[in-house]
Amino acid sequence: MGVREIPVDRITEVVRRLCIEANTILGDDVVAALETSLAIEESPVGQDVFRQLIRNADIARTEGIPLCQDTGMVVVFLEIGQDVHLTRGDLETAVNEGVRQGYRDGYLRASTLDPLTRKNFGDNTPAVIHTRIVPGDRIKVALAAKGFGSENMSQVALFPPSHGIDGIKKFVVGRVDAAGPNPCPPVVVGVGIGGTMEKAAILSKESLLRPIGHRHPNPDISQLELELLKEINNLGIGPQGLGGRITALDVHIETYPTHIGSIPVAVNLQCHSGRHKESII
Amino acid sequence: MPGSVVIHPPLSDDTVDKLAIGDRVLISGVIYSARDAAHKRLVELIRENRPLPMDLAGQIIYYVGPTPPQPGMPIGAAGPTTSYRMDPYAPILIEKGLKGMIGKGARGDAVIEAMKRYRAVYFAATGGAGALISKTIKRAEVVAYEDLGTEAIRRLEVEEFPAIVVGDVRGNDLYRDGRMRYRRE
Ligand code: SF4
Repeated sequence: MGVREIPVDRITEVVRRLCIEANTILGDDVVAALETSLAIEESPVGQDVFRQLIRNADIARTEGIPLCQDTGMVVVFLEIGQDVHLTRGDLETAVNEGVRQGYRDGYLRASTLDPLTRKNFGDNTPAVIHTRIVPGDRIKVALAAKGFGSENMSQVALFPPSHGIDGIKKFVVGRVDAAGPNPCPPVVVGVGIGGTMEKAAILSKESLLRPIGHRHPNPDISQLELELLKEINNLGIGPQGLGGRITALDVHIETYPTHIGSIPVAVNLQCHSGRHKESII
Repeated sequence: MPGSVVIHPPLSDDTVDKLAIGDRVLISGVIYSARDAAHKRLVELIRENRPLPMDLAGQIIYYVGPTPPQPGMPIGAAGPTTSYRMDPYAPILIEKGLKGMIGKGARGDAVIEAMKRYRAVYFAATGGAGALISKTIKRAEVVAYEDLGTEAIRRLEVEEFPAIVVGDVRGNDLYRDGRMRYRRE
């Protein structure tokens, strides 16, 4: 196969567009999940919350107002075909330029700053960028605008193997319980199991890109997802933590082989405002 | 929202006393925005016995850091931010006459105590309903601390701003009670 040349400003363009779309157009899967939840929820206050969130998505889409004032930190997953040759600049600068333009042109809030001096950069750059080289001559850009009410409630733990599946379940459910109203429930719970410390964390974040309602292809893991979902919804935390039947819209698990000495587990919480979009170049 | 009570700030003790957790309210009138950095400054002024940029008596403070407004709009997305970060300051403002706070998430004991003692309420707005809430804000004007950008204190004219009473003057807390009611072992 020949080499396909792609100028990096194509990536800037796509990232710019995805930043704006992610922040104003809620995914169909999320809207459908909010509608189903409204029908199931027993708490009147919880039903109100679902009605508001459905209207909110409608207003954001038709008027271009961001879904939430926390327009997040941008996380980009890039899958770059090994037959692609990037030209006219470097990849990471191109991605960050897309973020800068998207946040400026979409009237989105700039939230990134120096972790120690706390000085705001004013343009929401840089993004957190994860890059994989894959077969082929295309680039897949998956972009998430990650709010920090839910990011702050996330956690990684490395358990001894004796902890077993029950231990994993306790940790995940306990995490959602402790987070209570803070991550803006109903949440989507992303769980990464296996690998190393950082691999588990990345898996948990990647799992959040999967549409709500899609199960893991492995039947045992898919079963575990459903068991966790049930236990989490039994917590009673409910929409916005005000009490109710629906605390989580879904649980997504991704796994990777690990070492004989450990069970790494990461829980990444995603608020109902699950803002992610993807595009293929 | 059906079954909602309409309230107009400044709030009287009588209005505040009648509100109970779980009540749905629509707020119309003037409220003020402030979050972490503005709270710090307000409390410093109070400690130094200096005048505040606005009179707190009967007022409602909304914990919000909006997105920049699009041309022709008063404000951008404007949903609530997490309230516990304001807990170290809130009791001092409540003592000074603040009657209401709007945010999201549970409050600490000192805030709940101050709400009982000086009769104030805590409302939750829906986190992540930034576009919907934006539509209820008809005018926004910076009244102090312009240098804080999104965190400046703004005077907001609101019409039917939707909120839920989550903490009342009797010390009740919907975050605790609501979860208990729906919990299954
Ligand atoms: S947790 Fe999500 S919905 Fe809630 S304020 Fe943050 S970004 Fe918005």
